[in-house]
Amino acid sequence: MSEAYASEARLETRRRRVLGMLGRQPLALLGGAVVATWVVVAVCAPLIAPHDPLDQSAPPLQGPGATYLFGTDELGRDVFSRVVWGARLSIPLAVLLVSLAVAVGGVLGAIAGYFGGVVDGIIMRATDLVFAFPAIILAMVVTAVLGPSVRNAVLALVIVSWPAYARVVRGLVLSVGQADYVTAARLLGAPARRALVRDVLPNLAGPVVVLATLDLGNAVLLLSGLSFLGLGAQPPRPEWGAGVAEGIQYFQFWWIGTFPGLAIFTVVLAFNFLGDSLRDILDPQSSGRERRGMQ
Amino acid sequence: MLTNLVPGDPAAANLGQRAIEDPAAVASFRERYGLDKSLPEQYAIYVWRLLHGDLGESQQSRLPVMTELGTFIPATAELALASIFLAAVIGISLGIVAAVRQNRVEDHLLRVVSLVGISAPTFWLGLVALYVFFFRLDWLPGTGRLDPQFAEPERKTGFFTIDSLLEGEWGTAWDAARHLILPATVLALYNVGLLTRYTRSAVLEVITQDYVRAARAKGIPEHRVILRHVFRAALPSVITVLGLAFANVMTGAVLVETIFSWPGIGQYAYRSATTLDLPAIMGVSLFVAVTYITVNFVVDVLYGVIDPRIRVT
Repeated sequence: MSEAYASEARLETRRRRVLGMLGRQPLALLGGAVVATWVVVAVCAPLIAPHDPLDQSAPPLQGPGATYLFGTDELGRDVFSRVVWGARLSIPLAVLLVSLAVAVGGVLGAIAGYFGGVVDGIIMRATDLVFAFPAIILAMVVTAVLGPSVRNAVLALVIVSWPAYARVVRGLVLSVGQADYVTAARLLGAPARRALVRDVLPNLAGPVVVLATLDLGNAVLLLSGLSFLGLGAQPPRPEWGAGVAEGIQYFQFWWIGTFPGLAIFTVVLAFNFLGDSLRDILDPQSSGRERRGMQ
Repeated sequence: MLTNLVPGDPAAANLGQRAIEDPAAVASFRERYGLDKSLPEQYAIYVWRLLHGDLGESQQSRLPVMTELGTFIPATAELALASIFLAAVIGISLGIVAAVRQNRVEDHLLRVVSLVGISAPTFWLGLVALYVFFFRLDWLPGTGRLDPQFAEPERKTGFFTIDSLLEGEWGTAWDAARHLILPATVLALYNVGLLTRYTRSAVLEVITQDYVRAARAKGIPEHRVILRHVFRAALPSVITVLGLAFANVMTGAVLVETIFSWPGIGQYAYRSATTLDLPAIMGVSLFVAVTYITVNFVVDVLYGVIDPRIRVT
């Protein structure tokens, strides 16, 4: 009981220390602020957007101005409102996508690392297979087969992105599983499950969090990329990638595509700022930046 | 490696087959493409034909997939090589600068630059580039590989720039090169970001070593120390990332070729995926897998060339 409390407290102080160091990194602060802003925009979209994102009553192809902040598209819809509503789609979907990838990859990776042998072989060959193809081509084929929709785009991207987590988790399970103290625990008669949960799991958190944060940016990029190709969100749904595709068709009217693209860019950049800073703190060697006294 | 990858193809075919059978359900169509046979049979036939250089026939154009790949691959290869060259020159230089000026202003600035590079959506950059340099400034051509007034050069390498130079058509070569600039640059930006980051950390790993200090102590000029002693040792890691850059270019090509109407493999992949043209999809997949394996192989060989310790005697 008291032992469990101690390890809990150790994790807690570690978490606090990471957050404290994150606060001293300007890029992390900036990234965090931008992500927070977008989350607020997504949550309060109906309050922020001045017009209905589907309403076609505005004069079409108006340049940006006072009434239509980002102008209007070829159907007379307010681009600003569509960008705001787009946040409601892209951000939760990215979070969902990464969570699913972490769950699937984590479980499969742990199984592969823990059991080894044939199971390990099968799972690792599956990751090889996915890695051999450019993500977007594989995702394109999967969505084309399942039919273009937001749900299928997410599904396709989970198929594309789980192997990264499987590999990381497998490697960690393997390396921690062979550590002397785990062997010692096993010799003392502790069940293997206990070793996995108590010794392996805490060591997984750091690398997986870094990977997931960086992957959030990637998820936004890939999802909007699929929608850009017409394989994700279907019109008239306000989606950023689809907005850029619209902008390509009417590229003389720069505002139609530029603003949705800018939205994608800022979100992805913010996630990358955060993820990169996190990596600096949790894994100083990999980035080659000076160590900042983490254990 | 190859044996690991090939089993992916029947799986991909398997997925698509159901979708095709369901709406179309045309028996003759199925017979024509052998879809009425059992899966193992289909796979055996496919592999057998593959061994004879036959990838089947596109369900969209009714042309052999091999012929189609032959026309689209050179266009993508020209674009991809131009883009990778650009990314390598810029990314590696920036990475070295960042490492040499570690934790100074330049380093912090380049960190942001490289993060911007990997964050900007390729398809959006394409739109902005098209608007600014083609529509507004009219400095560069917008879409396609050549202006219509130029005749396509006779096919030797499939690279318009090289083929027209071989024919002595300077005007055509210049126009083809100008058409390359925008798509190649847009395609390069992501890899510039990636290469900057990885070159930086590869150089940093080496730069603190004793032999580098020894070289400096001998009085060798700094730029020589960096290029001869440090960069050479960092090169294997950089080459690995260059291999990765190839995969990124294939991904980017789908988007960039769509935007710039570049008649390459990316556009072909997109067209076949959206029309569920299975033989074409499998042809593209196979091409991509083979490219991937070849690039990895070349990377492995290059390790040996760079580092004599790895060389197999």
